Amino acid sequence: MSPNWNRKDLLGLRELSADEINFILETADAFKQVGTREIKKVPALRGKTLVNFFVEPSTRTRTSFELAAHRLSADVINISATTSSLTKGETLKDTARNLEALHADILVLRHSSAGAPQFLAERLKSSVINAGDGAHEHPTQGLLDIYTIREKRGKIDNLHVVIVGDILFSRVARSNIFGLTKLGARVTLVGPSTLVPREFEKLGVTVSNQIDKVLPDADVVNLLRIQHERQRKEYFPGIGEYTTLFGLTKERAKSLKPDCLVMHPGPINRGVEIDSEVADGLQSVILAQVTNGLAVRMAVLYLCGGIAT
Amino acid sequence: MQMDNKKHNSGVPIMDAGAIRRALQRIAHEIIEQNADLKSVVLAGIPLRGVEIARRLAEFIREVAKIDVETGTIDVAMHRDDVGTRAELPMVHASKLPLPLEDRTVIIVDDVLFTGRTARAAMDAISSFGRPARIQLAALVDRGHRELPIRADYVGKNLPTATREQIQVRLQNVDKEPDAVWLFKE
Repeated sequence: MSPNWNRKDLLGLRELSADEINFILETADAFKQVGTREIKKVPALRGKTLVNFFVEPSTRTRTSFELAAHRLSADVINISATTSSLTKGETLKDTARNLEALHADILVLRHSSAGAPQFLAERLKSSVINAGDGAHEHPTQGLLDIYTIREKRGKIDNLHVVIVGDILFSRVARSNIFGLTKLGARVTLVGPSTLVPREFEKLGVTVSNQIDKVLPDADVVNLLRIQHERQRKEYFPGIGEYTTLFGLTKERAKSLKPDCLVMHPGPINRGVEIDSEVADGLQSVILAQVTNGLAVRMAVLYLCGGIAT
Repeated sequence: MQMDNKKHNSGVPIMDAGAIRRALQRIAHEIIEQNADLKSVVLAGIPLRGVEIARRLAEFIREVAKIDVETGTIDVAMHRDDVGTRAELPMVHASKLPLPLEDRTVIIVDDVLFTGRTARAAMDAISSFGRPARIQLAALVDRGHRELPIRADYVGKNLPTATREQIQVRLQNVDKEPDAVWLFKE
C-alpha cells in the first residue's frame, strides 16, 4: 500500500516531504520499465480523462504528459491558449468548470500566472497537476531532474548541484532547489547578479557569480535556458557577454570532474548557455532527462489520478 | 496478495516453517514432472512474497533436477481493475522477465490465491511483454472464493475459508518474521 501518498494534486515540490518525493521517484522506477516492454501501455488509468490545458505554449512538456497519459490508458484532450475561449474573455475558473463538467479527472495546467494551478486545485474535484506556473514552480521538471541525478549517481544526499543561468525567472530552478535541498544535496546558483539575487540564499543555497570557481567542485551542472522571450534589457547584458561569463564552453567543461553530470531542461540554445560538443558529450544526460520525464509523469498521474476522490 | 498488518495473537496458525517448506518442495516436484523442458520455464513472482516463493521454488528445483530455472518479477498493481476506487493505491514495482517470452512457460507465483483478480492482472501484464507458449499458476495457499474463471496448476495447501476471514503469509526474508501462514477470523 502507499501510506506515503494521499494528494490529489501536484502543485509544487515546496510542500512535499522528502518521503513523498522519494516515493514518487520509486514509483517512477516501476513505470520506467513499462517503456521497455513490447506493449508500452498499462491499464492503470483506463477510463480516466486527462485534459492538457496549456495557456502558455509548450511542446515538450505537453507531449510528455500526453504520452505518459496514453501509456496509462487514459483519454487525452489538448487545449492550448489559442484554441481555448480564454481569448474570448472567459475566466480561468469558468474554463476549468467547463472542463470539469465534461468529467475530466485530471487537469494538467501550464499557465503564465504563478498560483493558477493552486487556484483551480482548491475549487475543482479533479486532480490538478502543475506543468509550470509563471516563475513559481515546475514540479515534474524538478522531479525528472532529481530522478536522473539519482539514477546516474545512485543518490542525492551530499551531492553538489550547480544550477547556472536565469534563476530569477526560472520555475525549473525553484522546483530543483526545493527538491534537492530536501533530499540533502548542496545547491549553488550561478549567474549574473541581476538574475541570481542574494535573496535566494534564504532557501538554503549558495549564490555565486563566478562560474570558474564553482565548476571544479560540481557533481552536477544544470544549465537553464536563457529565456529570450522573457528577458528585458535591464536584467541582461547580451547573449555574447553571457556566453563569455557563464556559458558552459568546451574550455570550461575541461575543469569538470570526470563523473560530473551535465544537464539541461531543454530546449537548448547551442552556443549560448552550452557548447554543442558539451551538450552531445559523454557527461551529458540531456536525453536521459527526456526519457525519465515520461516515467516521472506517469508516476505523478498514477499517484494523483489513481486515488479515490 | 494479503498485505494487512494484523497482530498475530488473534490469528490461528495454519502452516509453520516446516509445512511451508514441504509444500513448496512438493510444488517443485510437480513443476519438474509437468514441464519436460525445464529450461523453458520462467518462475514469475508477484511482489512481494510471490517473488520470494519463486526464488525458493527455483532453489528446490535446482536441488532435485540440477537445472537453474529462470526467475522474474511481475507487477500487477498497474494492471488492476480497481484504480480510483480505493483510498490507498497499491505500490507499483518494476516487472522483470527474461525476454523474449515466445516458446517459454511462464509460471505465475503468488502467496495466496483468492478472487483470481491478481492472477488475471498478472496474465495481462505478462502479455504486454510478449506471447509465452503457456502460462501456469502456482500458489502457496488456495483459499477459494474465485470471482473469475481461474484455477491454479500448483497449490501448496487448499484452505476452505469464509469470505470475512483473512489469510496472512509471513516469510522470513520479506517480513523478518519466521515462516508461517495465519488465519484471522473477523
